[in-house]
Amino acid sequence: MNETYQLIIIGGGPAGLSAGLYASRSKLDTLLIEKAGLGGQILNAEMVENYPGFPQGISGSELGALIAQQATKYGLPTAFAEVQGIEIKDEKIVITSEGQYRAKAVIIAAGSEHSKLGVPGEEEFLGRGVSYCAMCDGAFFRDQVIAVVGGGNVAINDALFLTRFATKVMVIHRRDQLRATKVLQDRAFANPKIEFVWDSVVNSITGDKQVREVKLRNVKTGKGSSVEVSGVFVAVGLRPNTDYLRNLLTLDEVGFIPVNGQMETEVPGIYAAGDIRAGSIRQVVSAAGDGATAAITAERFISSV
Amino acid sequence: MTQPLKVDDQNFKGVVIEAKTPFLVDFWAPWCAPCRAIAPAVEELAGEYAGQVGFGKVNVDENPKVATEYGVRSIPTLLLFKDGKPVKQIVGLRPKAELKKHLDDVLTGKG
Ligand SMILES: Cc1cc2nc3c(=O)[nH]c(=O)nc-3n(C[C@H](O)[C@H](O)[C@H](O)COP(=O)(O)OP(=O)(O)OC[C@H]3O[C@@H](n4cnc5c(N)ncnc54)[C@H](O)[C@@H]3O)c2cc1C
Repeated sequence: MNETYQLIIIGGGPAGLSAGLYASRSKLDTLLIEKAGLGGQILNAEMVENYPGFPQGISGSELGALIAQQATKYGLPTAFAEVQGIEIKDEKIVITSEGQYRAKAVIIAAGSEHSKLGVPGEEEFLGRGVSYCAMCDGAFFRDQVIAVVGGGNVAINDALFLTRFATKVMVIHRRDQLRATKVLQDRAFANPKIEFVWDSVVNSITGDKQVREVKLRNVKTGKGSSVEVSGVFVAVGLRPNTDYLRNLLTLDEVGFIPVNGQMETEVPGIYAAGDIRAGSIRQVVSAAGDGATAAITAERFISSV
Repeated sequence: MTQPLKVDDQNFKGVVIEAKTPFLVDFWAPWCAPCRAIAPAVEELAGEYAGQVGFGKVNVDENPKVATEYGVRSIPTLLLFKDGKPVKQIVGLRPKAELKKHLDDVLTGKG
């Protein structure tokens, strides 16, 4: 496989799909490459209340599907493949798990992935009590006690959602206050099923066929403790999907891609959009805007070379 | 694309356990977005591996028995069976290339 396009978009989340919408309406010969499924991370959000146009709010899975539907309506071709690198010759060569594709310009919109705790037991119990998607797995924990690790918006949203199923949700957070927005904090503090374990980090996750216990360490006192839970929902932030780009671009210290206001990276003809770019507010609305901007900048570049 | 078979609590034994070839079961539910997102890749694989590997889908809402029996507590989960036993468990929305590798490993006796 060695196909040539004008534009290749990496990632089928809100940023990549918006770029694809603009590019295909501009009749650019475009390919969108997605490694998993179209829609991106927003598919995991129970409810999106801050994307304009939906005054009643909309579920993340519906919004993701609608964005995908609109983007592909104008004939945007998509390929299921995992991008493993980009090389610059006369053209850009995008190396994937399914072969190579060539293009004049590339928009990187590969988003981010949930961070892991990196503790013993986390990998071992994945799918057997350890989860990164409350929406998907909450229902398996009916009438059980579970833990949520983290203190940001996603963690607190998860905790609130999980109270529908669980008898008790313990929020384990490494600080003594939450990072989540005030609205969410108020809801969480008012919920009798949510209990907080402050200043604590997870040391390990143990169990037999499934999770039974989480061992904790208090970061202030150094003391160890443990809680008996059958599920652990991890929501400790995001890391950008940029490992395969280290040879091509200078990334910031966390791994995000620096761009200017036109979404241009340091390499001509390579753009970054959405959660993956440095300085993004990491929301659907900004991802969509970035995608549109990147597509228009790319179009200008393509017609100039 | 090929549609995986509908597998349920009743026919699981006959379809999956007694299958002559390796068999991949996709545990899903209608309210699970990543399950919908992984479905096209599974359908593509069902076409590409037709005759070599069987493919089926279990709706965990309607079929709690098999899900519980195999300890499925996260969806999507793909369980790959060989000779009636689960030999691979793939949890979450994973890239098609990774799914392929698991299938190839089992087919070549590596996994
Ligand atoms: C639980 C949850 C709740 C949220 N709630 C809200 C909310 O209420 N409002 C809001 O505005 N935002 C919310 N967000 C954030 C929002 O989902 C993101 O800001 C948005 O999805 C970013 O879009 P993106 O296109 O930049 O990246 P993503 O959505 O992450 O999409 C990137 C895509 O690229 C693909 N990809 C990654 N690497 C590769 C590769 N190597 N090759 C090929 N494809 C690749 C991925 O599979 C993915 O589909 C929420 C996020 C989560 C997790």
